[in-house]
Amino acid sequence: MTPDPRRLLPSADPVTLIDAQGQPAGIVAHTVPDDVELLASLAALITARRLNDQAYALVRQGRLAVYPSSHGQEACQVAAARVLTADDWLFPTYRDTVAAVVKGVDPVEALSLLKGDWHCGYDPYEHHVAPHATPLATQLPHAVGVAHAARLRGEPTVVMAMCGDGGTSEGDFHEALNFAAVFRAPVVFLVQNNEYAISVPLARQSAAPSLAHKGIGYGIAAERVDGNDMAALLAVLGEAVDRARAGQGPQLIEAHTYRMQAHTNADDATRYRDEAEVKEWLDRDPIRRLETYLRDRGVLTDETRARFDAEADRVAEHLRAGLNTDIEPDPQDLFTYVYAHSTPQLREQAALLSDELSREGTS
Amino acid sequence: MTVLDAEMRTMSMAQALNQALRDAMAADPAVVLFGEDVGALGGVFRITDGLTAEFGENRCFDTPLAESGIVGMAVGMAMNGMRPVVEMQFDAFAYPAFEQIVSHVAKMRNRTRGRVALPMVIRVPYAGGIGGVEHHCDSSEAYYAHTPGLHVVAPSTPADAYTLLRAAIDAPDPVVFLEPKKLYWSKQEVTLPASGPGIGTAVVRRHGTDATLLAYGPAVPVALEAAEVAAGEGRSLQVVDLRSIVPFDDETVCAAVRSTGRAVVVAEAAGFASVASEIVARTTERCFSSLAAPIRRVSGFDIPYPPPKLEHFQLPGVDRVLDAVDDLQWEQ
Repeated sequence: MTPDPRRLLPSADPVTLIDAQGQPAGIVAHTVPDDVELLASLAALITARRLNDQAYALVRQGRLAVYPSSHGQEACQVAAARVLTADDWLFPTYRDTVAAVVKGVDPVEALSLLKGDWHCGYDPYEHHVAPHATPLATQLPHAVGVAHAARLRGEPTVVMAMCGDGGTSEGDFHEALNFAAVFRAPVVFLVQNNEYAISVPLARQSAAPSLAHKGIGYGIAAERVDGNDMAALLAVLGEAVDRARAGQGPQLIEAHTYRMQAHTNADDATRYRDEAEVKEWLDRDPIRRLETYLRDRGVLTDETRARFDAEADRVAEHLRAGLNTDIEPDPQDLFTYVYAHSTPQLREQAALLSDELSREGTS
Repeated sequence: MTVLDAEMRTMSMAQALNQALRDAMAADPAVVLFGEDVGALGGVFRITDGLTAEFGENRCFDTPLAESGIVGMAVGMAMNGMRPVVEMQFDAFAYPAFEQIVSHVAKMRNRTRGRVALPMVIRVPYAGGIGGVEHHCDSSEAYYAHTPGLHVVAPSTPADAYTLLRAAIDAPDPVVFLEPKKLYWSKQEVTLPASGPGIGTAVVRRHGTDATLLAYGPAVPVALEAAEVAAGEGRSLQVVDLRSIVPFDDETVCAAVRSTGRAVVVAEAAGFASVASEIVARTTERCFSSLAAPIRRVSGFDIPYPPPKLEHFQLPGVDRVLDAVDDLQWEQ
């Protein structure tokens, strides 16, 4: 008999463990992470917010071409990386720089793409973080491939594959979920539903009851989670990772959150959403509610908070220093990494550029 | 495998490809094959025949019917230690994978400064001449050849099919491997295992002194037949089989063209903005002083591939090739 498909459906409302006022929501189906984990997550959240705001400022100073900020979505960013082991893989989009940093990537290297020195500035194998994907959802089939290869070799690797609400409209989202389900690949698909794809609201992306409801069509178990609730994200994503690692196949998690800033610095969000809406989400800020919760429990002191701020300052200073340092890119690198062994045609073209540069140098 | 195992056999290109896959899988456990119908069926052209039975479901397997997913999954598997060989069932069925190919397959090494290599092969049964209905006969090589980061090869003989496919699977970079469908059943005596020159090497198939025909893939037998007919008419035509479109063997091509001073490029694809156009341009740039006439192209017309009953009008044939040769300003 076909197993009851309702087991694949998400809960009616997003899972919240700590509410917008910082109070325990009294949900018993999931375990609230312990204080040690939540304190460490708060520290990461504070650094994450500083990174977002520092990067945003660096665009205005002309040090970054553009920055798609995850301001407001930091809890998703931190949780996505914190529930993984060092060997697990993370597949970030262009808005997930913070998640890559929490997984271990140096923030200066993570922003190389936007600084313009090169495309991917870090070694994906060092922390098992794939290059930022700019074409929407195209990285999701890669995540399935990494997971399937690991599974064929009997390795316990889990892959966290991130995308946004807009990305779920792409064909590659569909193909990746379908492949993952058919091959029972250990992938956790995390959809950060931040309500907008640049200017287009969720209602124009999908008429599904929720994005998590898409899971049942693939035979994938799905859940919805409050994307501004650090505790709920750690619990729900952590459980999804455990299930994937245990061989229960891929998982789909939709995190309900909000992009507090414009798509990038180049965007004008006032053209498509009103201030009242933004204000409403400001009241659900992920940092404030976690901080309230931890203070109420007596585990967060002013002293600890000051230490977290100092650490965030240190990371921001490292970012500023790195991005304010101009490096002289070697034009010959343009030809070096196209193929393992350069072709005769590229050798000719490299020589042409070299000749141009030497003539410029002597004139 | 020792030299004693080598045996001379008459085999078709399809059999040679199958043997190349089998030998590559035996040589390296990281080689995995997947695509549509490549498992129990052995592929619609039987190129993967028997490989699931021999190597198991984890090494040669069917996937959902979605080409972007197939190529995208291959990217991830190549990132994680495998050497995937994927089959696109027909040329025109590969288009859903186009974004994966141009945005990721071709660029990953470059994006990551060489840290992430993608040793993978995308096999594409391609081109016409088999009476196929629409969407089954495209010559799509220009799309791939125009994309930096890909290697693009097209064998014309069973022996080359074997050696080039082994080289493609061993290559550290992605290879788009174009298999001329109409040559799948062409036969040749082949000694296997064979090793041949790597990707990027053209070969002179027939020596001649009056003009050079430059061809690849399905156009090579046409060029050879034209040379045979021309010989009967007192004209000595040389035939170069490119084998590899990217990298392009300028050296062999230019030496051949300079030796005859006249040349015709023969290719099935529509001619405008084509590989044939590139061959004419680059060869003219390099060999202009040796040329007695402009290099001509005999290509497909710039039309969507015709229905089966009309395709013979589209395919470059011996007469069209010889007409072009006749036009190479002989009377000066």
